[in-house]
Amino acid sequence: MRVLVTGASGMLGRAVAAQIAHARHDVRTFQRRPSGVSGVTDLLGSMTVPPDVARAVAGSDAIVHLAARVSLAGTAAEFEEVNVEGMRTLLAAAAHEGVGRLVVVSSPSVAHAGTSIVGDDARPADPAGARGHYARTKAEAELLALSADSPSLRVVVVRPHLVWGPGDTQLVARVVERARTGRLPLLGHGAALIDSTYVDNAATAIKAALERVDTVHGRSFVVTNGEPRPVVELLAGMCIAAGVKPPAWRVPAGAARAAGSAIEALWRLAPGADEPPMTRFLAEQLSTAHWFDQRRTRAELGWSPTVTLDEGFRRLAVWYGKEDSSPLFARGSTLGLEPSG
Amino acid sequence: MRYRLPLAASAASLPPADLPGLDPAHSRLIDVPESGTTGARKWHLLDNAATLSAIGAAPVGTILCVHGNPTWSYLWRRLVSRATDAATAGEEAWRVIAVDQLDMGYSERTGQRRPLARRVRDLSDLTDALALDGPVVTFGHDWGGVVSLGWAVDHPESLAGVMLLNTAVHQPEDTPIPAPLRLALRPSVLGAATVATPAFLETTLALAHPPLQQEVKDAYRAPYRDASRRGGIGAFVADIPVDANHESAAELERIAEGIRELKLPTLLLWGPRDPIFSDRYLDDLIDRMPHADVHRFEGAGHLLAEDVDYSAAALAWVRDREEDPADGTPPATTEAASPPLWHYLDELGDSSDIALIEMAPRSGGAPRRVSWRSLSGRVRQIAAGLASIGVEKGDRVSLLVPPGADLTAVLYACLRIGAIVVVADAGLGLKGLTRAVRGARPDYVIGAPPGLAAARVLGWPGIRISTARYRATAAAALQVSHSLAELVELGRGAPLPPAPTTQDTAAVLFTSGSTGPAKGVVYTHAQLSAVRDALAAQYGVGVGTGLVAGFAPFALLGPALGARSITPDMNVTSPKSLTAASVAAAVAEAGDGSVVFLSPAALANVVATTDALTRTDRKRLGGVRTFLSAGAPVAEVLLAAAAELMPMAIPHTPYGMTEALLIADITLDGIREAASAEANAAGGVCVGAAIGTTRIRISALDDTGNATGEPSAAPGVTGEIVISAPHLKNHYDRLSLTDRESRRGTPLGERWHRTGDVGHLDASGRLWVEGRLGHLIGTADGVVTPVGPEQRIETIAEVARAAVVGIGPWGTSHLVAVVETVPAARRVSLASMALAAGVRGSVPLSVAAVLVVPRLPTDIRHNSKIDRAALAVWAGAILEGGRMTRP
Repeated sequence: MRVLVTGASGMLGRAVAAQIAHARHDVRTFQRRPSGVSGVTDLLGSMTVPPDVARAVAGSDAIVHLAARVSLAGTAAEFEEVNVEGMRTLLAAAAHEGVGRLVVVSSPSVAHAGTSIVGDDARPADPAGARGHYARTKAEAELLALSADSPSLRVVVVRPHLVWGPGDTQLVARVVERARTGRLPLLGHGAALIDSTYVDNAATAIKAALERVDTVHGRSFVVTNGEPRPVVELLAGMCIAAGVKPPAWRVPAGAARAAGSAIEALWRLAPGADEPPMTRFLAEQLSTAHWFDQRRTRAELGWSPTVTLDEGFRRLAVWYGKEDSSPLFARGSTLGLEPSG
Repeated sequence: MRYRLPLAASAASLPPADLPGLDPAHSRLIDVPESGTTGARKWHLLDNAATLSAIGAAPVGTILCVHGNPTWSYLWRRLVSRATDAATAGEEAWRVIAVDQLDMGYSERTGQRRPLARRVRDLSDLTDALALDGPVVTFGHDWGGVVSLGWAVDHPESLAGVMLLNTAVHQPEDTPIPAPLRLALRPSVLGAATVATPAFLETTLALAHPPLQQEVKDAYRAPYRDASRRGGIGAFVADIPVDANHESAAELERIAEGIRELKLPTLLLWGPRDPIFSDRYLDDLIDRMPHADVHRFEGAGHLLAEDVDYSAAALAWVRDREEDPADGTPPATTEAASPPLWHYLDELGDSSDIALIEMAPRSGGAPRRVSWRSLSGRVRQIAAGLASIGVEKGDRVSLLVPPGADLTAVLYACLRIGAIVVVADAGLGLKGLTRAVRGARPDYVIGAPPGLAAARVLGWPGIRISTARYRATAAAALQVSHSLAELVELGRGAPLPPAPTTQDTAAVLFTSGSTGPAKGVVYTHAQLSAVRDALAAQYGVGVGTGLVAGFAPFALLGPALGARSITPDMNVTSPKSLTAASVAAAVAEAGDGSVVFLSPAALANVVATTDALTRTDRKRLGGVRTFLSAGAPVAEVLLAAAAELMPMAIPHTPYGMTEALLIADITLDGIREAASAEANAAGGVCVGAAIGTTRIRISALDDTGNATGEPSAAPGVTGEIVISAPHLKNHYDRLSLTDRESRRGTPLGERWHRTGDVGHLDASGRLWVEGRLGHLIGTADGVVTPVGPEQRIETIAEVARAAVVGIGPWGTSHLVAVVETVPAARRVSLASMALAAGVRGSVPLSVAAVLVVPRLPTDIRHNSKIDRAALAVWAGAILEGGRMTRP
């Protein structure tokens, strides 16, 4: 099967392309920069240039669509151009080329209205309720894609939650960098349970969705490790893996939510960096519970995660060259956080 | 009542089609010829007959529902729907007819007064018009209950059973009618309260617990929107016979007496929070229909039909009647009769040996020693005294006397004359105790001063007898009718009434209430004798044994065992107050070969206070033959520490509950042996093998955490622990539904009990307790029981105690460990990474979070049971991002 993977230069995109190629499919990737994945054919281009998209889609049996504007900053128009219009372009090209299968990689934030999530399954995407340009445009894109689902173009949506792993420039790199410079506050008591997804698990889930699309098309699936942890433990796990002292100072969660701008200032990167601050959305994400019911996902995709959180932290430590810290994740050590309270 | 109410005539109609929960398909209007006249009346009723016919379901019977005042057939909407749904689902089909009485709801406004006798005839006219024949089960609420009973009395040929929600059929002459009705009945108030304004209607609608939703209230109001529609409400109130001259008094009396002859299955569902029909009216109904199945829904009130799921209960009950026409109460034991509980008081009645010793009598001073002769005589005198003031077999006597010689004497006196003793533990707290005493409706209360003061202030029912002598003024203030001393005087030389039979009810013992409201557990004399026999056989207690009772319930059984009971110096309401030195002093009185009964909390304090022991004390403790820690499992290390203190004694921990005081037993050696054997993965606390006369089965859990498996002795299966024994309770008091659930799926004709505990049997027949049914955790990987993981976590040096709870929805829940640490934490926090890693490493399950607390909340009575359900709610709130409060 010839599979087009869009957005394969990011951490998850690379892992997905590698997984699918490993399963002896003919993989082509589409993004602005080389994917760096061996055994695949890179087609460079932009989602905002329809001829680029049409050229990439041509001849594909299936598409795995990861390309998106994911940054936390930018204007509404910038997000819409890539995420919504890009999806429209892709769907048109897929229809034109007679592509049979489409896996859309989305985010649980498309159905998230700022409250906690405790053991919910995927709810319908809700652009009106979604917080921030990213979530709103992804919600619109998801609805567009699902409305295009048909016997000829089978569409399935996979929503991995909080993907992290070696080479992650989004969450892990930011957390580690801020912790290194002593600028990583904890929000609230840090006990809110957050489920996350180790990158390899997200990749195998997406591959499973591709393989099962004939039976699961038209549906959305949240994908996680199924191991909710207090947010403070999750962040500390990343810091320790990177050999950095975990955060120990706290900002009341209520204040963080109430004054998104204040917390944005605390989380701001070095001046001049184009990357965004901590937004109110992220403040909510990190101070209220976010964990999901994975039963339907696992049963219908015929998939389950193979890398546990602790194994993920160990692999992250290896990547950072801090294998010494790995025993913490295996059998505990004295290195730990002060209890918050 | 001669008040003339405005009664306007108007036609019947159908209710609006959009009332919540009411299916318009079940509404119909019917013309009914009126007996005694040439006219006809138009009725509105709910009737699922057409629906049943449409789905081809042939009804096995009809439930005829009659609402009270000021409601209408809307009250029964859930029963109509549920019965129809059940029939649609292929279950047994029941036709349900719920009428709007004439002048009420959407039935015709007749413009004529309809006293009770007329209303009873009206209902007959309707069933004639419907050509309704049997079997019919009537179901009434409030004054509709009286009308339905009137129909029942008049139609024995079609009647199959009777069901009632809060109803009264008789007003005792010596008590005033309920205050709300008294007020409404004043001529100056009646018209205004019931007709001109909707005050009576609104007051009734405000009685629901929890409050009714606005739309439901509006539905109740719908047929009574203006004064011309409310004439029937006023007429109904005016028809309450306030005295014997009232025109409806004779008909009410006819019905009230007529139901005594109804020997048919009867179900009384009751909401005790009812300002109108209080428990006293339930008592009256039980008195008239003693075979009735009774269930009191603690916390529910007059609008029981709105407060609880009465419809499921009623349907299940009528189905049971179909399957098993005999009364649902299981047969009492027919095992070989064992001597009565008081037989040693007769046999040793001339002995000067010591029967009871109070090491620290409340009166102060030296230990109080009571010989068998003295105890026997006192019991006889009190028994005869009680009889002489009118206490009869079957009367309920609530004992609010602290453990000690007085309580023992009163207890055996009551047993001897067949009075039913009601015993509730002060550990329930005043609120729980009040609820228990009110629910048990004692005829008499025998109390010490604090108990009587509480009885007075809280308005507990019953004639009051004091253990202390009061001055007349104080006695009057406390409404005390008699003192124990008076009874003794009265009983001196007076004859004793005949003894009760082994099948008569002996006692109502209340559960601890650590899981929901305390339940009254009913024992017959045979069953209590069996409790004694089980203890005697298991621990070799008999004549000559010294029994040191650091756990109050066992002190009471001493005389029944023929043993000498010694109550050590302790505050009986606080087991923690027992010291090692007090035990040693009590053992000295008990003599060698004594048996020491302790609670887990008492045991812990005894071990903690050994430093104060003298060499003599230690020598005395060396003479103990057996000691028990009863009430809850104890850690091996604690039992071992106590064993060092009593080196010649075999340490035991029995497993039991209020419903069956002794089920299994294990010794310290047994615990060690079990620990070395590999249990199944679920783990748990090994409580040993069943004692001689007990059978233990396991009803396996399904994926939803319900124990649906057929009870089996197969090893290695986790499920609800189900037991049978001669000394098992007879039933729960006035909790017919709870009783039914406790026997669900067990062999008919045998007495079995579902314990609510979860565990498994091992290949050697030992029982392992894994937790409570209500504390199961439904993870995506299956059902997890808490005790096994807790024990593994407690092996971590830093952890003193652990509770494992589930958070999130059933089926996708995650485990959370809540731990007490060594040293104890001062505040609630997340565990350190190291402790969390240690906890996760100790259990083969995924643990989402570890919370540290200064102290896990623990119940008063056992000082050891953790309410994991409440803890789960607390942990869930924190881990959702809520404030870090204390549990």
